[in-house]
Amino acid sequence: MNLAELQKLKEKAQKQVALREGNKKYRVVVSMGTSGIAAGARDVMKTMLDEIEKRGLADVEVRVTGEIGLEDVEPVIRVERADGEQTTYARLDAEKARKIVAEHLAHDTPVENLAVGKEKKP
Amino acid sequence: MIRAHCLVCAGAGCISSGGNALKDALSNELQVRGLDEEIRVVETGCMGPCDLGPVMLVHPDGTFYQRVTALDVPKLVEEHFIKGRPYQPLLPKDEVTTAAVNTQRDFGFFAKQQKIVLENCGTIDPENIQEYIARDGYRALGDVLSGLKPAQVIAEIKAAGLRGRGGAGFPTGVKWELTAKNPVTPRYVICNADEGDPGAFMNRAVLEGDPHKIIEGMTIGGYAMGANHGYIYIRAEYPLAVKRLQIAIAQAYELGLLGKNLFSSGFDFDLELRIGAGAFVCGEETALMRSIEGRRGQPQPRPPFPAQRGLWGKPTNINNVETWATVPIVMRRGAQWYSQIGTAKSKGTKVFALAGKIKNTGLAEVPYGTTLREIIFGIGGGVPNGKKFKAVQTGGPSGGVVPEQHLDTPVDYDTLQALGSIMGSGGMVIMDEDSCMVDVARFFLEFCCDESCGKCPPCRVGTRQLLNILDRISHGEGELEDLDRLEELAQMVKDASLCGLGQTAPNPVLTTLRYFRDEYLAHIVEKRCPARVCKDLLHFTIQDEKCVGCSVCARQCPVDTIFKVGGQKKYYILEDECIHCGSCVDSCKFDAIVKASDGEGHVTPQRPAVLERPPGRKPTSLVTA
Repeated sequence: MNLAELQKLKEKAQKQVALREGNKKYRVVVSMGTSGIAAGARDVMKTMLDEIEKRGLADVEVRVTGEIGLEDVEPVIRVERADGEQTTYARLDAEKARKIVAEHLAHDTPVENLAVGKEKKP
Repeated sequence: MIRAHCLVCAGAGCISSGGNALKDALSNELQVRGLDEEIRVVETGCMGPCDLGPVMLVHPDGTFYQRVTALDVPKLVEEHFIKGRPYQPLLPKDEVTTAAVNTQRDFGFFAKQQKIVLENCGTIDPENIQEYIARDGYRALGDVLSGLKPAQVIAEIKAAGLRGRGGAGFPTGVKWELTAKNPVTPRYVICNADEGDPGAFMNRAVLEGDPHKIIEGMTIGGYAMGANHGYIYIRAEYPLAVKRLQIAIAQAYELGLLGKNLFSSGFDFDLELRIGAGAFVCGEETALMRSIEGRRGQPQPRPPFPAQRGLWGKPTNINNVETWATVPIVMRRGAQWYSQIGTAKSKGTKVFALAGKIKNTGLAEVPYGTTLREIIFGIGGGVPNGKKFKAVQTGGPSGGVVPEQHLDTPVDYDTLQALGSIMGSGGMVIMDEDSCMVDVARFFLEFCCDESCGKCPPCRVGTRQLLNILDRISHGEGELEDLDRLEELAQMVKDASLCGLGQTAPNPVLTTLRYFRDEYLAHIVEKRCPARVCKDLLHFTIQDEKCVGCSVCARQCPVDTIFKVGGQKKYYILEDECIHCGSCVDSCKFDAIVKASDGEGHVTPQRPAVLERPPGRKPTSLVTA
């Protein structure tokens, strides 16, 4: 073992525990109320989780929450950026979820044609 | 991808309140619902609030759940992980507003602490070296071995102002230097993990929750002192800590963090466990070394100190668990940073174990200089059941009691000593108005008397005689001269005993005499126990007007001394045979049984003419008067 090896080991291990540290750049909040689940929110979330892992995006955390209040356009997710920018996406499916990961989370470009709301919170 | 980590406390406290069953139920439930690929269950070390166990922390949201049982799991998984909302019934409540506290950060018990030694306890899986490395583990060791000379390490520890956490508070750097300067080789380093004070469990938390930190600290120490061999002396009563240390040592060897040529520096270090058989005296360093050598654990006169002639006659350095665990932090973050925390003479933080009559039993880490009031009331939540605080015993059986008027004392080694107590290893036993101080002194003294190794007469005979006097007083047979005898004898035992056990054993007696002399006088002069604890001075009476005749007390009485009054729905305690155990008082739902001490104007009610066995009890010849 030398210092460089230890550093490598640390970087690898950090991925395992990064989730406990907080302060991520992106937080994806999935609306997981009854209507969300019925409309397929779990599938959307699972696809996103898969895609995030595939792309190795470390600066993202995924949370679930109750009804967001947009029952007729479920599944709904909200992407929150650390600087307060919030984008809400609605009527999602697996395909669209993948797109959001690829464009918004990986390349910082919100998917405008899927977004139903955008606001800036302090 | 894993989206949430569910940290289940696997400290000994939570395990004994059902933590293992909780963990199994949780893993099982997640699997059944197909969530096991999204949510990881991690067993961690002690999180601190042991009384609330089993406890659980969910990341990334930081939701803290208390008293989670296996039965709560299905509902909790459904609410938290499927529907995404905290499961309200298991959230802690705010003391003042009684609103549910959603995250660990907002929970007063955690918010008021500064976790340095316990930084990883309750955050990482102690059985996984990767998680320790992820939190900068072994980084300090790597840096030390790659860039610092042993003397520089010692200088850094000295500059940090680190003092031994085992109780005496001797400057660690100075102690290391003494060993390092001794030309004799081989040298040894030892970790004293023989934590034996009643009500102290802070070392256990580190051993169980962050074992690698101790290994890293000892390796750094070994390098600084030129010792290639270390021992961890741990008591057999901590089986979980032993297991986790064994795993940790094996993992460290596997990754080349113990063994030969560490970090290509040419420095070798080997570490072994030695398991003690649970004798309190083996926490004393010379007795501990004898025990490692395979001999009877008895102390030796000092000097020679271990640094001069220690284990197998070689220079040896012994530090407490908490001291070793602080070393990597000091080396990683620097003496400059560390010495800013704490007071002028006591640097850094200290972990206290809160036990006794306190709401939040558990571990609290605070900087030196925090007041007792902040620790006991701010973090500990104060005394439960609306009782009044009376005193706190610091430093275990070797310490003393500190009464309410000194609660605003900032805690460090010197302030506690000035009050007649000691810091000790950091145990705090809190006592409320129902605690009798004579009984408290008796309890701690009895412990030391039992644990005295018997080598030197002042301790062997002196503690026994002190105990005899205290026994007499608590039986109501004390005389005023006993107080002088206690003081004289206590001082003699303190001065003449060979080791720390005897030298500190009379502290509880001396401090209770100093602060609660009136209670001793009440026992001796009025034959009265103000707290109504000393059994021989108590009377139990059933009040006729409150007794509904339910017979519960009579069924509970272990010596069948409660009788039904002939022809009435009332009960009567036959005092001659009563052993004053108090189980009738505890069992009565109508508060009909009064406990009174001698000297409080107690009058034994007249014995009814006919006494009957309560229903369900076997008739005996005693039945009628």
